[in-house]
Amino acid sequence: MSRGRPLAHFVSMSITYLDAIRAAQARALADDPRVYIYGQDVAAFGGAFKATKNLAQEFPGRVTDAPISEDAMMGSAVGAAIEGMRPIIEMQFADFSTIGFNQIVNNAGTVHWRTRGACPIVVRLPCGGVPGGGPFHSQSIETIYAHYPGLVVLTPATVEDAYSMLIEAVAIDDPVVFCEHKFLYYHLKADELPDEALPVGKARIARPGRDMTIVTYSAMVHEALDVAREFAGEGTEIEVVDLRSVKPIDTDTVIASVARTGRLLCVGEAWPWGGVTAEVVARVAGEAFHLLDAPPMRLNSKDTPIPYHPDLWSAHRPTAQSIAAAARQLLRH
Amino acid sequence: MLQTCESESDSATWRERFLESYGWMLLARVVDDKLGALYRAGKGTGGVYLGAGQEALSAAIGVSLEKGDVFAPLIRDGAGRLAFGESVADAIRTYLGSSLGPMRGRDGNVHRGRPAEGILPMLSHLGAMVSVVNGVLMARRSRGESGVVGAASLGDGATSTGAFHEALNQAAVEKLPLVLVVANNRYAYSTPNERQFACRSLVDKAAGYGVRGRTCDGVDLESCLEVVGGAVEAARAGEGPQLVVAELLRLCGHGEHDDASYVASDLKASPLGRDCLEVAARKAVGQGWIHAAELEALKAAKREQVETVVIEALGEPSPDPYQESWCALASKHLSETHEGV
Repeated sequence: MSRGRPLAHFVSMSITYLDAIRAAQARALADDPRVYIYGQDVAAFGGAFKATKNLAQEFPGRVTDAPISEDAMMGSAVGAAIEGMRPIIEMQFADFSTIGFNQIVNNAGTVHWRTRGACPIVVRLPCGGVPGGGPFHSQSIETIYAHYPGLVVLTPATVEDAYSMLIEAVAIDDPVVFCEHKFLYYHLKADELPDEALPVGKARIARPGRDMTIVTYSAMVHEALDVAREFAGEGTEIEVVDLRSVKPIDTDTVIASVARTGRLLCVGEAWPWGGVTAEVVARVAGEAFHLLDAPPMRLNSKDTPIPYHPDLWSAHRPTAQSIAAAARQLLRH
Repeated sequence: MLQTCESESDSATWRERFLESYGWMLLARVVDDKLGALYRAGKGTGGVYLGAGQEALSAAIGVSLEKGDVFAPLIRDGAGRLAFGESVADAIRTYLGSSLGPMRGRDGNVHRGRPAEGILPMLSHLGAMVSVVNGVLMARRSRGESGVVGAASLGDGATSTGAFHEALNQAAVEKLPLVLVVANNRYAYSTPNERQFACRSLVDKAAGYGVRGRTCDGVDLESCLEVVGGAVEAARAGEGPQLVVAELLRLCGHGEHDDASYVASDLKASPLGRDCLEVAARKAVGQGWIHAAELEALKAAKREQVETVVIEALGEPSPDPYQESWCALASKHLSETHEGV
């Protein structure tokens, strides 16, 4: 979005990340008649997480329930986008988007390159783990979408970003995979929604520091910030970089941070093989090896399906404790 | 209805429609023959997929649609594409990799289209384009446009996909003006019908989705025009999705690399194995709609038309990798500048 253009000024005492997503959609619907929302249970019911609560009533005919057909939901979005509409597709859980995977990566992702036309679609993926979610309601699958060309993949970590990045996503002329973290839905609160925001594609220094850099995104930003606060008490200043967007990755901001700190730990909630953390490490090692005072490190979830039981789940994904342990190891180098 | 030609003008209209369709069938066959010859001569890149045996059905789709409609063709729809308005040059240039073709070397052979003109470029993933047509129709409806029809072409193999099921159900739920034409050409690549589905006829599936099903003799142009034309009329009139199943036989390999030796000889000898072009020509001559000599002149004219396009396309530039933008996004500012060095 153009910096300086004010976003809606939305004041409340406690706006959640989920409220921000709803507010962004309400604003997109109000501002642009080409926008519509299509997904399972999104109309009268307001969505499984209530991210579209009352929108069907406020915008008659523009928020519609879809059959349980992720492939057809996405295919029809491609057709509508080719026709000049700007569909927002809600996947009930990110995990279910694999049924629509072919349409997202092979159809939506190739339209512009093959035909020169625009394919403006926002696919909202409620992603990430919550206690008790289990193997099929907890996945973080930004990596598989980022791997394919022709897609923009966003991973907002704050209430403000959930709002401003979703509004900007709707305005992008390409398919955008919008990974919104379910744990943050109710966990994060802000006093007001922003008037201005960093543009999509720019990373954010969530906390400045001089001793090491933690590059992360989505819910892990908050785990990393907890670690940074803990270490600050011990006199170690950790810089936390929130990627915000994993495709494209703002490599410049990451490398500039590593230039300041000389140490890199990259943290992601997704599985360890390949992925965003591996990509960041590869870029820093390839382009800024001389800036590193220690081998770059990665921390991801364990390489198993995501467990149901909260005790297993909290050991499966990175936490402030495991990030702190990794950070101490890195600082010993 | 078209089949009850009660007046002189009706029968004149029918004759014109038949001959127009035959013209597209013939042109498509000539293009295909040329593409096959170019393939065997080592010209062009990649596979060549022809429509022999399916021209009557395909042409019927193309002539039944109107400008402003949308069409998602499949790999054997050369005739339908031409009838709907695609140029011969689009086909030839795409096969030969001319940078002047609609896909500019970025995609090839049957994966061509012009979305702005209502021809959607197909994926290789069968059934995937049906819901895309649905989306176009949903968008048109939301803008208050009525009387638009969307047609999608599939083969018998595609009816086994999840995408087919999801899209036909979606169209039924949304009551969209979709005409889904299934060419049951007996083989999905080499897999025969009995390894593909277990229902008596593919048209039986229509009832399960709550849509109207129709069948036609895909070898007989008149049957195709009546049935596909009727389905398009019904969809345009607001009667919801229409499933058309045409019974026919593919008269070529899956691609030109395939000798189709697996096609059962009794099928080839059956009425399904007749060549729809010959059947249509006999009908036209028999009815006195065209003289045999005119038919020969028509064939010669089509050959000359195609030859001219091929000679031009062979002289056209190939895409230049150094001029290629290598950017998959319309939003250039969001393109990854990192190239994995």
